[in-house]
Amino acid sequence: MAAALKARELGVEKIIILERSETLGGILEQCIHTGFGLHYFKEELSGPEYAGRFIEQIRQSDIDVKTNTMVIDIDSDKVVTAVGPDEGLLKIQAKAIILAMGCRERPRGALSIPGHRPAGVMTAGTAQKYVNIDGYMPGRKIVILGSGDIGLIMARRMTLEGAEVKMVCELMPYSGGLARNIVQCLDDYGIPLKLSCTVVDIHGRERVEGVTIAKVDENLRPIKGTEEYVECDTLLLSVGLIPENELSKSAGIELNCITGGPDVDEMRETSQRGVFACGNVLQVHDLVDYVTLEAQIAAEGAAEYIKSGGTDEKKYAYAVHQEGVRYIVPQKINIASEKDVDLYFRVCRIYKNSKLIVKIDGETVISKKKPKLAPGEMETIKLKKDMLSKLKEDSIVEISVEESL
Amino acid sequence: MIYDVAVIGAGIIGALTARELARYKLNAVLIEKCNDVAMGTTKANSAIVHAGFDAAPGSNKAIFNVKGAELMPSVTAELGVPYSNNGSLVVAFSEDEMPELENLLKRGIENGVKELRILSAEELFELEPNISKQAVAALHAPTAGIVCPYEFAIAATENAVSNGIEFMRNCEVQAVEKAEDCSVLKTTQGDIKARVVVNAAGVFADDIARMFGDDGISIIARKGEYYLFDKAKGHVVFHTVFQCPTPMGKGVLVTPTVDGNLLIGPTALDIEDKNDTSTTYPGLMDVLNKAHKSVPEIINTRDVITAFSGLRAHSKTHDFIIGFSEKAPSLYNLAGIESPGLSAAPAIAVHAAEEIVKKLGISDLNESFNPVRERPIRFRYLDDEEMAELIKKDPRYGHIICRCETITEGEIVEAIHAPAGARDIDGVKRRTRAGMGRCQGGFCSSKVLEILSRELNIPYEEVTKAGGESRILFGRTK
Repeated sequence: MAAALKARELGVEKIIILERSETLGGILEQCIHTGFGLHYFKEELSGPEYAGRFIEQIRQSDIDVKTNTMVIDIDSDKVVTAVGPDEGLLKIQAKAIILAMGCRERPRGALSIPGHRPAGVMTAGTAQKYVNIDGYMPGRKIVILGSGDIGLIMARRMTLEGAEVKMVCELMPYSGGLARNIVQCLDDYGIPLKLSCTVVDIHGRERVEGVTIAKVDENLRPIKGTEEYVECDTLLLSVGLIPENELSKSAGIELNCITGGPDVDEMRETSQRGVFACGNVLQVHDLVDYVTLEAQIAAEGAAEYIKSGGTDEKKYAYAVHQEGVRYIVPQKINIASEKDVDLYFRVCRIYKNSKLIVKIDGETVISKKKPKLAPGEMETIKLKKDMLSKLKEDSIVEISVEESL
Repeated sequence: MIYDVAVIGAGIIGALTARELARYKLNAVLIEKCNDVAMGTTKANSAIVHAGFDAAPGSNKAIFNVKGAELMPSVTAELGVPYSNNGSLVVAFSEDEMPELENLLKRGIENGVKELRILSAEELFELEPNISKQAVAALHAPTAGIVCPYEFAIAATENAVSNGIEFMRNCEVQAVEKAEDCSVLKTTQGDIKARVVVNAAGVFADDIARMFGDDGISIIARKGEYYLFDKAKGHVVFHTVFQCPTPMGKGVLVTPTVDGNLLIGPTALDIEDKNDTSTTYPGLMDVLNKAHKSVPEIINTRDVITAFSGLRAHSKTHDFIIGFSEKAPSLYNLAGIESPGLSAAPAIAVHAAEEIVKKLGISDLNESFNPVRERPIRFRYLDDEEMAELIKKDPRYGHIICRCETITEGEIVEAIHAPAGARDIDGVKRRTRAGMGRCQGGFCSSKVLEILSRELNIPYEEVTKAGGESRILFGRTK
């Protein structure tokens, strides 16, 4: 929605939003907790409220919206095929496409947790839908594996609904969630967070009856002798999010093996000219505010592409993640870019009192002290115009973390 | 009423046997203790149609495997079940294994397997470029294939029911009494009387036989664990790739599935508890390590969709037990049907039905028997025009429920209302593939639950994952 509105503002005339759900707003509709919009609206909103602001603007615009309509194919000529009960089969020739399909949760299978396969093992997001949208309880005695934000939010949510959340187990020695969520969702309710701990067995034939947890060593392997049986009827999983790029693949778009999203330039243009990506389909975000900003950038790119016809040849410099940095988005920067460029990235582990170093072709252009860096919090650094002027074709922009001793 | 035949167990053997019986003028019932068909061994195995070179010449395994594999293309075509004749390879990874390959070739020829040939390493790499370069040769069996075993059993049951066979689910046989002219099965759904009872109870076939006073059968549950990979890995190999059998077992296979995934497994471990289909850390690691030996590209679980385990019904006699029980003449045993049971199933069913009607003195055919079961609509395989037309006719086919596999509401509703249709979330999954994709039902399970509740007219709380106490929800929120 943010991309569509921005594109409209920039003068793009014919815009259509294709949405597979019954309603606009995506996953925000089931995120009834607050904490959205602090950066963008400078207000604390719930998910549906945040989405609602955009839905209202869309309603007042002449942007075409098709809900209950799922895109099943995008070809390399930008012909979008979609189906829906009302629309039947739609074929739309687009000048530009903005991908904003979001992400999905990593399921149990991807973790290979051994044991039985009873009812009561589900992702935190599925449980969230049952509770917040459908109004049903998916469990009463709960263990949560993974301390991603949805898991933390659901620990609180299930507690408020009267369930007993026994613990949150996290494989890593640190949480993958936002610090504020650990305080507000676990600490405030006395729910233990067990770090370096995982589920090694699931018990129960029909419904979950319990799980076995164990400590893991530095190679993340369970340590023999540390197993502990925990009685529960539900195991919620919050063990990572995966950008949903099956459509992007079918459109021939190159994906990044770390982010799972397309490789993009500073306008969020993918390897297919005229196809842009933003939000969780590009990289998994922590804050919706950043998603909105990213969508607006993609819309600017798309509007520009439509105006210019995409005939300009872009020359790129490349963003390369170095020591301590897991990835950077965008992966490449058009050297002709005339605006400041924000680089978004995540660090590999927790750092205290460290420095972020940005180098362009070996020359340090930014060195910034950071009291704390954590993988659960996306970082951003601005490349100002004067720095960008140093970029030549194939220049390398590096970001690294330097630990001060 | 007294049935002519009661078939215990709606796995692939029971389902196909029921379907074969439907060709005759008789009353038969197919009874299943679970909430759905194909819930035991049929649900979780290698999904392979073996060419037939493994078993000892003259054994039931050899005879029925070769015949069953021959029948497979026509039976699956009639039942609208996808079958792919992808061929298999037994790979030798050292010169030491060559005699075993020769051995299998010889045995295969003796068993009547056609087109068997030993390929050189070069020929092998031409066919399968991702096979380990350690390979020195391979036995190629072009007649081998792959089929989805639960889809096969579901289709066979549907066809049997359409042709007049009764189907009863959640019907567990707890005891058997002998009446004058029939057996009385004491079940969780009441008494069922039948003149002939077919024992197709899988790993529990010995328990059923014992209820009839036949203690000559002993079934060991042999667990096999598997990993299923995303379709992204579906083309790592084209053939079913076996390793040379060793005294330790048949090794681990790497195979594509008919649905385009990649399957690796199984382990082989005899277990006490015949209900224990749990996976284990050592078992899964073993599968991964052994598969890596065949296909070096398989190194981690990154593209794994799910892991599962199944129990083979291993008979102490090491062969299929097929025929009327000596101790209980009205009991027809189909026991110890482990690998190559799926391959042999069509031939076993034909044979069993013939013997049973002979015993019953029935020779009249069911004139209205229709062997064809149309394959349900698979929206994802339609072309644009067909999609558009179908949605116009029934908009529910335009409502995509499972995003990963592109499964529509129309297909799910059809699966629920089919003969012996789906009653739970896993039943919908096995019939339509909704929830079978990479997100494993994360998005669609709640929608499938809603559709089941609506179509079966039951509250949300009563919808289960797989029958019994496997409920998903515990009532309303506060």
